[in-house]
Amino acid sequence: MEYEAVIGLEVHVQLKTKSKLFCGCATGFGAEPNTLVCPVCLGYPGVLPVINEEAVRKTILAGLMLECEIARFSKWDRKNYFYPDMPKNYQISQYDLPLCRGGHVGKFGITRIHLEEDVAKSFHFAASSGVDFNRAGTPLMEIVSQPDLRSPEDAFEYLTTLKEILVSGGVSDCDMEKGQLRCDANVSVRPVGQQSFGEKVEIKNMNSISGVRRALAYEIQRQIAALKRGEKIVQETRRWDDEAGVTSVMRTKEYAHDYRYFPEPDLMPVTVSDAWLEEIRRSVPELPEAKRRRFVEQYGLPEYDAEVLVADAAVAAYYEEAAACSKNPKAISNWIMTELLGRFADNKMAPAQLAELVAAIDSGQISGKMAKEVFAEMFATGKSASVIIREKGLSQISDAAALEAWVEQAMAAHPQSVADFKAGNTAAINFLKGQVMKLSRGKANPQLVGEILARKLQKA
Amino acid sequence: MSLHTLPVWQLRQKLRQGEVSPREATQALLDRIAAVDGKVKGYLWLNADDALAQADAARNGGALAGVPIAIKDVINVEGQPCTCASKILQGYIAPYDATVIRKLREAGAILLGRTNMDEFAMGSSTEHSCWGITCNPWDLTRIPGGSSGGSAAVVAADEAFAALGSDTGGSIRQPAALCGCVGLKPTYGRVSRYGLVAFASSLDQIGPLTKDVRDAALLLGVIAGHDPLDSTSVPREVPDYLAGLERGIKGLRIGLPKEYFIPGMDKEVEAVVRAAIRHLESLGTEVVDISLPHTDYAVAVYYLVATAEASANLARFDGIRYGLRVRGEDVIDTYAKTRGAGFGPEVKRRIILGTYALSAGYYDAYYLRAQKVRTLIRQDFEKAFAVCDVIVTPTTPEVAFRVGEKTSDPLKMYLSDIFTISANLAGNCGVSVPCGFAQKLPVGLQILGKPFDEETVLRVAYAYEQTTAWHKERPVL
Repeated sequence: MEYEAVIGLEVHVQLKTKSKLFCGCATGFGAEPNTLVCPVCLGYPGVLPVINEEAVRKTILAGLMLECEIARFSKWDRKNYFYPDMPKNYQISQYDLPLCRGGHVGKFGITRIHLEEDVAKSFHFAASSGVDFNRAGTPLMEIVSQPDLRSPEDAFEYLTTLKEILVSGGVSDCDMEKGQLRCDANVSVRPVGQQSFGEKVEIKNMNSISGVRRALAYEIQRQIAALKRGEKIVQETRRWDDEAGVTSVMRTKEYAHDYRYFPEPDLMPVTVSDAWLEEIRRSVPELPEAKRRRFVEQYGLPEYDAEVLVADAAVAAYYEEAAACSKNPKAISNWIMTELLGRFADNKMAPAQLAELVAAIDSGQISGKMAKEVFAEMFATGKSASVIIREKGLSQISDAAALEAWVEQAMAAHPQSVADFKAGNTAAINFLKGQVMKLSRGKANPQLVGEILARKLQKA
Repeated sequence: MSLHTLPVWQLRQKLRQGEVSPREATQALLDRIAAVDGKVKGYLWLNADDALAQADAARNGGALAGVPIAIKDVINVEGQPCTCASKILQGYIAPYDATVIRKLREAGAILLGRTNMDEFAMGSSTEHSCWGITCNPWDLTRIPGGSSGGSAAVVAADEAFAALGSDTGGSIRQPAALCGCVGLKPTYGRVSRYGLVAFASSLDQIGPLTKDVRDAALLLGVIAGHDPLDSTSVPREVPDYLAGLERGIKGLRIGLPKEYFIPGMDKEVEAVVRAAIRHLESLGTEVVDISLPHTDYAVAVYYLVATAEASANLARFDGIRYGLRVRGEDVIDTYAKTRGAGFGPEVKRRIILGTYALSAGYYDAYYLRAQKVRTLIRQDFEKAFAVCDVIVTPTTPEVAFRVGEKTSDPLKMYLSDIFTISANLAGNCGVSVPCGFAQKLPVGLQILGKPFDEETVLRVAYAYEQTTAWHKERPVL
């Protein structure tokens, strides 16, 4: 029998905000343990939460980018469970009225997006454990997909696309190594053609997007093999061991939590006004996929160029600014891809200056070889191409009268070469060209010199 | 007249005129406490040196400059213990000031000491304190009420000029009534809860316990107002409560809810309250009969909503970050042992009740249903206040009971809040003022007002008080 997998993903994304969700403490990764804390995020007796409006705004922005329906009325709930990384032993989250519903990541549907507070981080030592509360209270967005994914590759595509969109909107940096994006998967298998779902298994502890792909591939095969052996799949939570490349049981259904959700009495519901929603809507950036399409159409770029440029929002913006001042957008792309990527942050050249450099090449003012030298100087100093060309005396001579004079001088000085050419030794033109370049001290436009020489030699 | 017997506003006059110094006022109180608190046992913690140092630093200027105030042990004062009368917070020193404490400090008040209470404000007699009982100054064999029993007792016994308490289901008004002082529960959202250790977040309010109505108005004016640290505090202007006191009550309509004069109530208490109502009528008010039809459900609704919220609010006391820790074999065992040893029986009872009410399969039947009935109770008040300006009732169905009388029967204990609970569920404001004696023990008159209409409530209370002498009666200790 043929089987297919049904996969749903729950993705937690830390929002890029200066302060935590319910207090004024700074968010941050890598600070000394328990230095970004206060009575509120430590859950001291008597403290109260206050909403960070920027976190709500970023969640709505993410919702708009993923084409969700934004709730005009949304509320907070307490999710109760005991764990040392949870300062209050309840998490402020959103249960039945999340900020966003519906929407999609590429071709995969999403159910909802809600906002909640992140928990602290536990560390286990030889004989004891410690908790670092720096992370506790960081705004965390949970994005729940529809069970629309059918393969580990779908999951990979979903996560890569989601990450790209959220990064492009400045919603999150989505650095999985820093725990800014974390993913749990629900996976079941069923015979192809069957409508109802199989018994689902939740997989946790996947620390990279490729880890998710590998874990799903393993788990799907495990379930199919079990079914083929005539075994039953039981609802349970399994942990992915990245090193061993296997999943193993964490807890079974009997140990499922009853979170006893109830409305958070310390916070007022969130109401989103027309004006606020409009304001956020205006700040929605173009999605990476649309931008790639537009780069191909608007600038006539190959898809490869569009992909490379759009991958970094800052690079894409730089490109667009330069291309807007240029008649040769493809040349701009070439310069950025070959010379700027990888050291973009150190670049001192304004986009319009790059366009000016390209124009100088295209008009024949400087040669491609000169351009490299000028580019290096522009990159390091931020001076304009024209200034550098003037300072270095680099300008190419394309004036026909001047070039003709040098050509005649060279022909007169080397009659043998002229004769050789006429005798059919066409390579002699290169010697004469070299002589012209020497006379011009390298500034003659080599292409024009070639043309004039050819013309004069025919007539000679 | 001894200094310690003065209400705050009179003490302020003397301080302002330089007749007495803050140190003298504080010392007078410390002497009184030394003399009688062995009997009353209202204070849990007091640091005379610290209080005198605060007195010496007090500058004449603020509304409470140089006035020592007693604080219920559930409100955080930086550098002072805040145990909530619970073993689980034994040794805990508050690392920050509650917003009301910040406001008291800004007004120049001296944070004198911590008063006894029922553990985590759960109780009506102050018998559920892990540190022992507080006695009613009028009869030391009786309870002072609760949960702010310590605050009420020290004010009544002249061991404090005034005190702060908290009221979740009557915890200010009921002990004020049983100890013969004034207790005000402000409208939900009027006073910041930041720094008040939460029992039931949607019901808790901080309020003053004072010797007279003028002091209640004075203290409310200091502590009220919007606080950016409490999202449920309301951004509304704080009126001048003192200026509003003397506007008179002629023509005001006094609502009498028929559901509050019940067959089971003490006959003497009822007679005293009815006499007080007649007195209000004689002052030119119009008494109208009203109905609050869902009153019968208030206690049931309260014990579902309050316990549900408490079950989450008290989850943080786990021995991980502060307070008591009893080591177990693993973290779950540590939780169990810590909470098992740290919480008293009433707190455990309510946590279990609240956890149950929120559990999968029971939520709709208990918590959700209770919230719906709560809405009906609030609507009762809205309808009633369409035809009257204030509602007047007895504060409690009977006078202070004997120590130990109800500890074995939680339900009986719960019913002592039967007249005060509805105002918390509806969010209204209310005050209890002394209105006479039954069995030689104080009786309280409860005046309930519309949301954010503390002004009218205080005005009625003041008019009553100024034409009677009950508030001048003092227990002999």
